[in-house]
Amino acid sequence: MALWTLFGLTSGKATTTWPCADGRDGQDRVLGMPRYNPDVCRDGCAACANVCPTRAIEAREGGLAIDYGRCIVCQLCTEVCPTSAMEPSQDWAFGVRDRRDLVWSNSPTSQNRRPSSERKAFKRSLHIRHVDAGSCNGCESELQALNNPFYNLHRLGIFFTASPRFADLLLVTGPVTRAMHEPLKAAYDAMPEPRWVMAVGTCAVSGGLSGGNYACGTGLDGVLPVDVYLPGCPPNPAAIMEALLMFLERAPQRVRGGRIGG
Amino acid sequence: MIGTRIKRLSPAELPSAAEALRAAGGRVQFAYAWSQAGKEPEVRYVSSLPSQIEFEMWVVAGYRELPSLAPLLPLLGWYEREMMDLYGITFTGHPEPYPLILRSGDSTHVNGNGPGGMTPTNGRPHLPDIDATEVQLLPFGPIRADVLESAEFTFLYVGEHIIHYQPRLFFKHRGMETCFEQSHPKCGVIIAERVSAVGSVAHSLAYCEALERAAGCDVPTRARALRVLLAELERLYNHLHYLGHLCHTTTLKVGEAQGTLLEETAKQLNARLTGSRFLRGVLTPGGLRRDLDPGKWLGNALESLREEFAAYADRLEASESHIDRLITTGLLPEKVAFDQGASGPIERASGLDRDLRRDHPYASYADLPLAVATSQDGDAYARERVRVAEIEASFVLCQRILLLLEPGPICVPCEPAPMAEGLGWAEGPRGSVFYAVHIGADGVLARVKIKSPSFSNWRAFPITVHDTNMMDYAINEASFGLTMAGCDR
Repeated sequence: MALWTLFGLTSGKATTTWPCADGRDGQDRVLGMPRYNPDVCRDGCAACANVCPTRAIEAREGGLAIDYGRCIVCQLCTEVCPTSAMEPSQDWAFGVRDRRDLVWSNSPTSQNRRPSSERKAFKRSLHIRHVDAGSCNGCESELQALNNPFYNLHRLGIFFTASPRFADLLLVTGPVTRAMHEPLKAAYDAMPEPRWVMAVGTCAVSGGLSGGNYACGTGLDGVLPVDVYLPGCPPNPAAIMEALLMFLERAPQRVRGGRIGG
Repeated sequence: MIGTRIKRLSPAELPSAAEALRAAGGRVQFAYAWSQAGKEPEVRYVSSLPSQIEFEMWVVAGYRELPSLAPLLPLLGWYEREMMDLYGITFTGHPEPYPLILRSGDSTHVNGNGPGGMTPTNGRPHLPDIDATEVQLLPFGPIRADVLESAEFTFLYVGEHIIHYQPRLFFKHRGMETCFEQSHPKCGVIIAERVSAVGSVAHSLAYCEALERAAGCDVPTRARALRVLLAELERLYNHLHYLGHLCHTTTLKVGEAQGTLLEETAKQLNARLTGSRFLRGVLTPGGLRRDLDPGKWLGNALESLREEFAAYADRLEASESHIDRLITTGLLPEKVAFDQGASGPIERASGLDRDLRRDHPYASYADLPLAVATSQDGDAYARERVRVAEIEASFVLCQRILLLLEPGPICVPCEPAPMAEGLGWAEGPRGSVFYAVHIGADGVLARVKIKSPSFSNWRAFPITVHDTNMMDYAINEASFGLTMAGCDR
């Protein structure tokens, strides 16, 4: 035992100081949502829309209609685009309060400053109950990573809890399979008020690849009232942290109208 | 099917074929059904024989009622139940003829409070009748403590002693196999990557190999070498996660922290190399979607990770409190591992010396030195040691690839003809992954069967739990390193 204690003491701090200044987010070169550059998009070209496996892109007259809530970050559109109108980017901080903010828009008219008084008490301490409603285990892998020494989520006052009765936030992954539909609702019903719901991963936001087939729903919309949407396949640990801090109003929402800083 | 020797059998010939396979020391790898548009379903069994590189495939076409082979070859039990649920085929004489998967039309109301008070039938625990008041029943799940995947476990126990254990899986059944149908073969790889995230490379590699066999295309040398690099990087971060999680269950806190930190380091290397922490978005039928440049940095980073890992493994080995909890825990005898179809590090820790990378080489494994680690002990400690040895072997393989990597083309066209079919496989971190791919008359995917390692290992696992104690359960489960997503699909 002394061996581990000594090792732990001599190893020093492994935890990043991010999101504070100069901290590493640990996501060097991680690809995020493809960025849309309408200026170079060719009229009549629908290469990206044709290849998109989740129909996140639709070619319309005068440009593309893009729903980042459906994007699974497969990068196929960036590979077929002849003009780099769909361009690989590292835009992964895609947590939003309003589902409409995930839809690309030239003139975002987001007015989602909701009254936050009831959330104030939770600002420095939030307890999360996670429910896997049929993920591919990618979101779980990244959620588990939040407790590793690099991210060390506890330091931000955010904890995972075993019982929904102690939870303030229900964090759901997966498209909501038929078999998980009832257990998910039971977990929500067991939570005390005030309670919130966060959809993590593109499956939970819109159903993903298997959404709407014989075994799956199309995400949380229509099942539970969602307060935070975070698409990604899977969203990386830093993206999950950002979205949680955004929910607690400790970080700004970066995405409006489907664009970072939009 | 390309990649296999085909034998057409009638239902009546099946039992004798199964007997002959068993007598020759062979093992069925998986079985599935598929039906061509407008035709009766076909049932296919894929098996391997020792000292034969090609797989053998039995095809039984045109029958909806077959004799169950599960009494002879127990590992077929779940495959047959899955076909009963999803393809309406009857297997007569099946020892456990209950539904495995939630079928369309089944109730989803777990507590029986839905319309008509129906409970779902998926893997409904068919528990033994116990008429003793001191035996307690503990249903646990499908939502469990901690950040875990969904599954429900039922324990029948007295005090600390577990008498009977029944997992109820398939809460996460997403119908992934049907997602492939009508997709373009090139897009299928995106789906294969999302069957089980922590097996993204193994799944997409097996899928690509299947299509490449169907199309008869030769993948360029550089692409094959980089595929091995990706597959071994996947093994590294998975096995490092495994060690961290195992320490969590033996309450070795610093060991847990260090294991998960090493995993995080490996995932960050993955992202730096491919843009994805799960190594997604690189493989495509015919080669790679884009070239990777490991440069010098990857070799150096892997070497420093290896040094940290070696010190970590030594420290684990010197931690009696950790090792004491593993030795004799969750014993899986060799015969049970073989009969129930245990796969990967689990079967190798129970004395079965099998590894697809060596026995049925794919990508560029035939040209690489591969030490396959095995153990005879079959306990949690053996499973840990096998994985530790596999991490060491993966580091060696990665460095070898980086040393020998030559510039060259990375992709060739891969266009399987209509009605072509192919079998692909890969040895993932958790065991063998198989993909059977059928192309339709219109050139798009008609049927894709996924055999994932956790589907095999979940069958073997409960046998190690009956008649053990509660204190060891979490350690035993962690020592198997199972996923639900891969099993449930």
